[in-house]
Parts: sequence; structure tokens; C-alpha cells
Amino acid sequence: MPTSTDTVARHTSFDVEAVRALFPTLQRSVHGDKPLVYLDNAATSQKPTAVIDRVRKYYAEDNSNVHRGVHRLSQIATDAYEGARERIAAFINAAHSHEIIYTRGTTEGINLVAFTLGQSGLDGDADIIISEMEHHSNIVPWQMLCERTGANLRVIPVDDRGELRYDAYREMLSDRTALVAIGHISNSLGTINPVREMIRDAHAAGALVLIDGAQSTQHMRVDVQELDCDFFAFSGHKMFGPTGIGVLYGKESILNDLPPFQGGGDMIDHVSFDGTTYDSLPHKFEAGTPHIAGAVGLAEAVAFIESLDMEAVAAHESDLLAYATEQLRAIDGLRIVGEASEKASVISFLIGETHPYDVGTLLDQMGIAVRTGHHCTEPLMDRYGIPGTVRASFALYNTREDVDRLVDALQRIQPMLA
Amino acid sequence: MSNTSIQERERQVVDEFMLFDDWMGKYEYLIELGKDLPLIEEKYKTDDYRIRGCQSKVWLRPDRQNGRVVYRADSDAMITKGLIALLIRVLSDQPAEAVAEADVQFLEEIGLNEHLSSTRKNGLKSMVQQMKAYAKALANGAEA
Ligand SMILES: Cc1ncc(COP(=O)(O)O)c(C=O)c1O
Repeated sequence: MPTSTDTVARHTSFDVEAVRALFPTLQRSVHGDKPLVYLDNAATSQKPTAVIDRVRKYYAEDNSNVHRGVHRLSQIATDAYEGARERIAAFINAAHSHEIIYTRGTTEGINLVAFTLGQSGLDGDADIIISEMEHHSNIVPWQMLCERTGANLRVIPVDDRGELRYDAYREMLSDRTALVAIGHISNSLGTINPVREMIRDAHAAGALVLIDGAQSTQHMRVDVQELDCDFFAFSGHKMFGPTGIGVLYGKESILNDLPPFQGGGDMIDHVSFDGTTYDSLPHKFEAGTPHIAGAVGLAEAVAFIESLDMEAVAAHESDLLAYATEQLRAIDGLRIVGEASEKASVISFLIGETHPYDVGTLLDQMGIAVRTGHHCTEPLMDRYGIPGTVRASFALYNTREDVDRLVDALQRIQPMLA
Repeated sequence: MSNTSIQERERQVVDEFMLFDDWMGKYEYLIELGKDLPLIEEKYKTDDYRIRGCQSKVWLRPDRQNGRVVYRADSDAMITKGLIALLIRVLSDQPAEAVAEADVQFLEEIGLNEHLSSTRKNGLKSMVQQMKAYAKALANGAEA
């Protein structure tokens, strides 16, 4: 990719129209002839042709089981699968590729940590700290862990703007804190949490930190060593990759100390009825035939992201956020939920007394895909005393025209629901 | 209106929706219909009368009047209100037996099914099932 010191050229080094052309779904219409405006990226992203083709190629040409075959195809599949692991390790700058554990997604990664931590003698009066803005996937596994072990779940409150109350967090940290599990970016509010400082402060208290990265890898460069997080979980499907594949990163020494998650083939060293020994990392945590096509597809998604000038992408997304925020605010009675100073391109809003579901349904009729409801963050909605929101979430392939279509449609809808 | 059968009323509703050639028009009409929904009394807006499986809240309560079953309902979402209003227009003030046995087809004929999200479709299905279940209970109790 050509680089230039000229700032104008820098911004144009991301050509959104050229990128849009790589995504077949973005070319389609819905409900007859309405060109799709896809603003549900926080739920899942669309896939570029390269990812679709890679998955297809795997099944069409290379399909075989990994790790156990002596034959040629098994070797090709294993090389692709393990090569993908290396590519993903480099993407988040993990120190070792065996710190990359394939999962079904963020949810499974968090469950893996919650379960195995519970099996490794967690203290009955230990604290697990999460926040009020967490996705259910980063709440329920910890509630289950607390139920099993007697540990306490502590919840960092969120202020009116949608930022964590850092003072409350500091007070919560103690030598009883076993783990802090925190979302990098809130899927409902777009808030970017100060995870660097949170990790530093947690470590000072002797606690481990898990970052729920479901919403961050598609928007920003993540460097797990620089963050110094102990675990980092993310999902392929939210970063232009296939569904059903995700990653749990964990520091080598910590993963080594944890017991296995699920038992089965591929995770063992030796099995006998007198006792079974387990394989080393990463296989210890990958029981059964994995999602091979998903892993190679995810590596292709990583290649797609790495082919872009991520700084220019960030500038583009922040322009979209600023433009959309300004345009939406101009709509009569519209209220944005979540106005943190550090935000990703996610906007939750309500219009007067209208039900989010009505707004979402009518937007859909006009070809605009948004999400409505609690976005799997019910405690957060309770915090704001609302049943849910309409959420428009932007990806790098969205444009100002998409924002204009959304705003025009909302203006058309408003009198209908008055 | 009370003498028109369920099928006749379904026909009427389908014909009315045919008049709109775009879906925004149909939705606009649906929302208007929702504004005339015979409302359930506030005191019955409880979990007992709540219909599960909807993203919006829905309450529905049956009553017997002259051997017929009459429904009142409400919802916090306007489109949902419109949908219940349609169901009530077709199924309310009909003999309980007829409602219990009704094979409600008009939503498909309007094409609404294609234009509703799957959660809304499930919600609609729950509403129809609940209306029929109430009617069945009333029909069975009516002999006593
Ligand atoms: C912040 C956050 N955490 C966790 C998840 C769960 O991800 P997945 O469903 O891919 O496991 C999501 C997805 O909605 C999310 O936005």
C-alpha cells in the first residue's frame, strides 16, 4: 500500500467505494427494489469475496481433517489451519501462536475462562469484577462461575454519558479481586473503555484481566502485549470473517495453569483407563474436530483488514460517527443513548416515545437494516430505564450516503408514529 | 358487522390492504387501525394477560357477550397494536366455537408475513394461538 506524508493523500488512501465493491451483500436490494443500507455491523459484519472464496476453496479443494492424517490433503488442511493461527497471532501481536485458542466465538472464549478458572480452585470469597455495560456473554458465564464457587460478582456502574465510573472501579479492586472482565467497546453505546489503565490497575491489585474484544478488532489495531491483558476474546463474524469461529488469546503461562475445558479427541496426549494426560497448548483447549474452514476464512479476513490503511479507516469511521451524530441530533425528539467522549461508530437512539421496534420495522421497509431491542445488555437498559434502543452501527464500508438514507427515512417515519 | 363471518371479514381486510401498492402505505394504514384498537382496561395489564414471545409488550383479554367472544388488547408498540387490531377485527364478536376453529389466513394473503421480522411473526402466532385458546375455553364453558 502506497504511503504518503501528505495528509490529504493519507485520507484518500482508503477508497470506500473500492472496498464496498468487495462485499457482494452490499450490492443487493431488499423488499423489492430498496438498495440495502446495512447498519447492523455490531451484530455481524458482511463478508468480502476473498473470505467467501477462501471458505469455498477449502471445501472444494482442500477439505480434510486436521492433525491426524498422513495423507496429502490432511497435510494441506493442517498447514492452512495452523498457518491461520500464526496469521491471527501476528494480527493481535501475541507472543506465541499457541496462545491463540480457536473457539466458536467470543461467548465460548469467555465461557472457557470462566469454567476453567472455576475448576482451578478459585477462592470462595474471591471477587469477579465486570461492568454494567457488559454484553450478556460477559455477564452470565461469571454469574454461573459465582454460583458454582461462591465468588462474588461486582459490577462497575456506568454514568449518564455511558462511561464507566472509574472511581468506583478503583475502590472495588482489592486483594480479593481474582479477575476483571471488561468489554473493550460497548456494543450498545459504542463507548471505548480505558482498558489499558484498567489492566494496569487490576494487575497492581494482583488480578487477572479478560478483555471482551467482540467489538474492537474490526475498528482498531489490537496489540495484546502492549495492552498486557491476560485474556482477549473475539469473534470472526464481527470482523468480516465467517460465523462459528472465534479466538481466545491467553498468556502462555496462565493458559498452562488452567485445566482443560472440554474433553475429547485432539486434546489428549495419551488416553488410558488408568488416567489420561493432556496435550500441550493450544490443543489442550481444542477438543474435537475444529471449524477448519472457519479458521482459514478468519485468516483471510485478517488479511483483508491488514491490506487496509487502518489509520485511514479509523479516520473514515470517526468521520461517519461525527456526521451521523450531528445529522441524527437534528431530528426532532431524537435522543442519543451513550455519549462517551471515546466512542466507536455505534449509535443507539430513541425518538420521543416511539417504540424502537416500530422504528426498526419501518426502516426495514425502506431497506435500512438496524437493530432494535436491548442488544443483549438488559442490565444496561435497566440502568437507563429504557426497554431498548434503535442502534445504527457502522463499519468501514459504510458511507455518508448511508447516514443520509437513514436520516431521510427517520424523517419520513416520524409523523407516521406521532 | 357482528353478522359477518370470520371469512367475510378476512376478505374485507385483504381487499382494503390491496388498495395500497407500497408497503409504507400498508404500514401507515396498519398504524392507523391500531389507534382504534378496543383497549384493555389498565387494571388487566398484568402478567396474567400478557402474551409472551413479542419484542414489544402485548396484553389481551377475552370477554363473553351474548354467547360471543369479545377481545380487548393493548401494546406499547404501534405496529403491534395495528396487528392486534386486525386480529380483533376479524375474530372479535364471533361465536366462540368459530374462533376456536378458525384457520386464520388473511395475514399471509396480505403478504404481511414476508414483511414481518421473525420475532414479530412469532409474536403474531402467539397472539392468534392465545385468542383461539381463550375462545376454546369459553366455548367449552358455554354449555354449563
Ligand atoms: C460486546 C460483545 N460481547 C460478546 C458478544 C458475543 O459474541 P458472539 O455471539 O460472537 O459469541 C457480542 C456480540 O454480540 C458483543 O457485542
